[in-house]
Amino acid sequence: MTITESPGTEIGSPRRRKEDARLITGRTTWTENVTLPGMLHLAILRSPMAHARITSIDVSPALETKGVVAAFSGRDVADVQGSLPCAWPVTEDMVHPDRPPIAVDEVRFMGEAVAVVAARSRAAALDAIAAIEVDYEALPVVLDMEQAIAEGADLVHADKGTNKGYTWVFDSAEAGTGGDAGAAIDDAEVVIRRRYVQQRLIPAFMEPRSVVVDPTGDVYTMWSATQIPHILRFLLAVVTGTPEHKVRVIAPDVGGGFGGKLQVTPEELIAFIAAKRLGKPVKYTESRSESLVSAHHGRDVIQDLELAARRDGTVTGLRVKLLANMGAYMGLVGPGVPILGAFMYNAIYKFPAYRFECSGIFTNTTITDAYRGAGRPEATYAIERIMDELAVELGLDPLEVRERNWINADEFPFTTVCGLAYDSGDYAKATDRAKELFGYDELRQEQQARRDTGDSVQLGIGISTYTEMCGLAPSRVLGALRYGAGGWETASVRMLPTGRVEVVTGTSPHGQGHETAWSQIVADQLGVGFDDIEVLHGDTRTSYKGLDTYGSRSLAVGGVALYNACQKVIDKAKPIAAHMLECDPADLEFTGGQFRVRGNPDGGRTLADCALAVFAAHDLPDGIEPTLDADAVYDPVNFSFPHGTHLCATEVDTETGRVTIRKYVAVDDIGKVINPLIVEGQVHGGIAQGIAQALFEEAVYDADGNLMTGTFVDYTLPTAADLPTLVTDRTESPAPDHPLGTKGVGEAGTIASTPAVVNAIVDALRPMGVNDIAMPCTPERVWRAIQGGAA
Amino acid sequence: MTRVSIKVDGVEYEDDVEPRTLLVHHLRERLGKVGTVVGCDTSNCGACTVLMSDADGHQQGVKSCAVLAVQADDREITTIEGLSGPDNTLHPVQRAFHEAHGLQCGFCTPGMIMAAVDLLEENSDPSEQEIREGLEGNLCRCTGYQNIVRAVRAASEEIRRSGGDAEPAAPSPLAGEGHTPDSGLPRQSVPDETIPQPVP
Repeated sequence: MTITESPGTEIGSPRRRKEDARLITGRTTWTENVTLPGMLHLAILRSPMAHARITSIDVSPALETKGVVAAFSGRDVADVQGSLPCAWPVTEDMVHPDRPPIAVDEVRFMGEAVAVVAARSRAAALDAIAAIEVDYEALPVVLDMEQAIAEGADLVHADKGTNKGYTWVFDSAEAGTGGDAGAAIDDAEVVIRRRYVQQRLIPAFMEPRSVVVDPTGDVYTMWSATQIPHILRFLLAVVTGTPEHKVRVIAPDVGGGFGGKLQVTPEELIAFIAAKRLGKPVKYTESRSESLVSAHHGRDVIQDLELAARRDGTVTGLRVKLLANMGAYMGLVGPGVPILGAFMYNAIYKFPAYRFECSGIFTNTTITDAYRGAGRPEATYAIERIMDELAVELGLDPLEVRERNWINADEFPFTTVCGLAYDSGDYAKATDRAKELFGYDELRQEQQARRDTGDSVQLGIGISTYTEMCGLAPSRVLGALRYGAGGWETASVRMLPTGRVEVVTGTSPHGQGHETAWSQIVADQLGVGFDDIEVLHGDTRTSYKGLDTYGSRSLAVGGVALYNACQKVIDKAKPIAAHMLECDPADLEFTGGQFRVRGNPDGGRTLADCALAVFAAHDLPDGIEPTLDADAVYDPVNFSFPHGTHLCATEVDTETGRVTIRKYVAVDDIGKVINPLIVEGQVHGGIAQGIAQALFEEAVYDADGNLMTGTFVDYTLPTAADLPTLVTDRTESPAPDHPLGTKGVGEAGTIASTPAVVNAIVDALRPMGVNDIAMPCTPERVWRAIQGGAA
Repeated sequence: MTRVSIKVDGVEYEDDVEPRTLLVHHLRERLGKVGTVVGCDTSNCGACTVLMSDADGHQQGVKSCAVLAVQADDREITTIEGLSGPDNTLHPVQRAFHEAHGLQCGFCTPGMIMAAVDLLEENSDPSEQEIREGLEGNLCRCTGYQNIVRAVRAASEEIRRSGGDAEPAAPSPLAGEGHTPDSGLPRQSVPDETIPQPVP
């Protein structure tokens, strides 16, 4: 595939977003805004216990409450409610316990649904669930992953006989993609061993999840605040036994996801079951407290790394062992999240040998699943932290160690020790640009001066030279990894008789601005106006086929489908234009939205002319189908590999432990850019979430398995006052496998920023003997590390 | 039930409400003002922020999840839906959020815009730090706040340029040449040196 220069001016332009008009005026449709005649409101009673047997449950008191229409427990629907799906059984023998949407006999995490009320108002439903009587018999609670797999441990699922859900291994020697990591470690001049802990995080999208189900005749229409309307429709049909053509899913405007809405949820199935049972439309919208305890969490991984190197800083091997907390059940793609990271621990480096082993562990906690970056932030954090440790061990500058090991610009495409073919990049260029914007040498001098004077506020510099993989995914690769679906994406372009264009995409945006960026692409390809294009998405009736939005795939995969569909429209229009111009199609060229006879700038025909011609169909060439509409499905040939260099300077008050980010520079290389304004926004937001992991956020359970961070009072999302102003820039290594040269940017900031911040904090405190601080690096933890280090 | 009389976005409404009803639920579920949204249950996120008049008629930002509908009796409320001018001309803050890409998913946006309007009412020329602190009660998960801060700065400049009048003004300098009064939104992209341009 070759990269075509865009014939128009839209691509690369900082277009203001089409989506904004409805969002800044309060005139949009969130699922919670959908109201239907006769609609009932659901409330869900949730388990207050992390692990217990339900010895009795009586919903009848709820039925006596004013306004209540129905109430049911898991037992009442046990034979119809099915089990929540897992689409990624990563090993053949993975333990996949049944997960009924409403618990029947046993609850396994705090917040699990145990009963449901349907009432005339939300208030009545909430009043009524308080009347439901449940008796629980407490069971032992399993929380710690290492204890969970120790001999004689209590079990989350007694019938499974183990808390270990799976063990998945990649070994470069076995795969034939590299050497033997064990041998490299045994023979190494230097071995660095570290344990890093990825604390549990909560995606915390701003729009709480909401679902409306309308049963009309034998068709069920579901509105849901989801990232995955297409996958949801398919799985709803499968899980509930409803014919697929009788299920329609609509994702209207969706208020953020970050992976957190990449799930088929108990609440969606509960609403479906209730609507079917009652024959009435129902709505369920979670409260924030319910969201924090029942929507899936992210991260929660213990990482043990062994890095082997020569004394000159050349890495000779890496061995990684993970324990990944699955929570009480397997989420939709939860078991696969660490596997997405498995291929990224070698990062931008030419490691010759690598072994990765991950076990997924059950505990009595909320399930974990995809959260922005999904596996790649964990990998990037660990490797970028330990590369700093190697530099310290060898007395080298951390940038020097990285440079010694990274893939050089002239070595692309480069096949890594994992067998992935990195497509393009220039790590030195991005790093040089970042150093320049950052004032790297000046800040190093200031750091030394502060160390020399024993300043109570120490300066640290953190580096993160990351890469990641976007564009999920070549379907064959997903198949080889035992993922349940493919990785293709679709687009349709419909030419209306007036020359306006409707674009249907199988991606499902929830803040990413696809309506704007997709319009820019189509405008340039077809030579039609930006405002003459409408992008349709998120309704399985208009967009019947697609694989939705996650993993920075929409532009990287869906963008190619869109480009290809546009080319098909042009191909279809060409003989029609030739007929109108009374020439041979081979003599026509299409530029600037016009078919013209080559060498003759006058008298062209636009696509709009052709669209009108096929609408009338009065005078078309013989045998021509009267339509210009085109569909395309694209299955990517490879992932794309954005990269970049992030530099962070932190000031650490050694007396209070307070960390202030003084300067943050991000130079990202995401290939060609469609809309730099949207890209900048993605980078800002991504970095903010990565900083949040480094400094602020953690989902905490007490010893009984109660989520202690169950509201926004305790789960501390950063505010505007907590975050710095970021300096961003880009270098540009076009993606060779994409006709527009784009790679993907949705997760880059989150993947890159966490290690940059923590490396900076640790760097500030090295002279005090500190070489690690657990995340989030709160003032207390930093202060304690200083005390411990100094002691 | 208690009878309340509340003027919302210029229209007088009289309703019987349960005393426990929160203002935000009254706005959304009874009056259909679904532009104002609920993002949490602890008054942390600010997504439900509206302007409410005090006893002297002066409007101030409130989190409508932290006010009972009965407390709004005889008061005047402005929601995101009533912020635009009578001919749907955007308020300078709305326009600035659009221009500066101050929103992504847009769920926090109604509250964020109302909080920004309130902030600029109190401080017509806030510094970046004052904006960051002034919006501390409103959470956004998408933007990292940088473009929100930029939008509020731009709006403050526009409001001051137009004589301190926060009412929707004549064509905005932010909207540029392509501004069309019918939508209030620019139809053409406007080069702006403060946002990144394509890498040469």
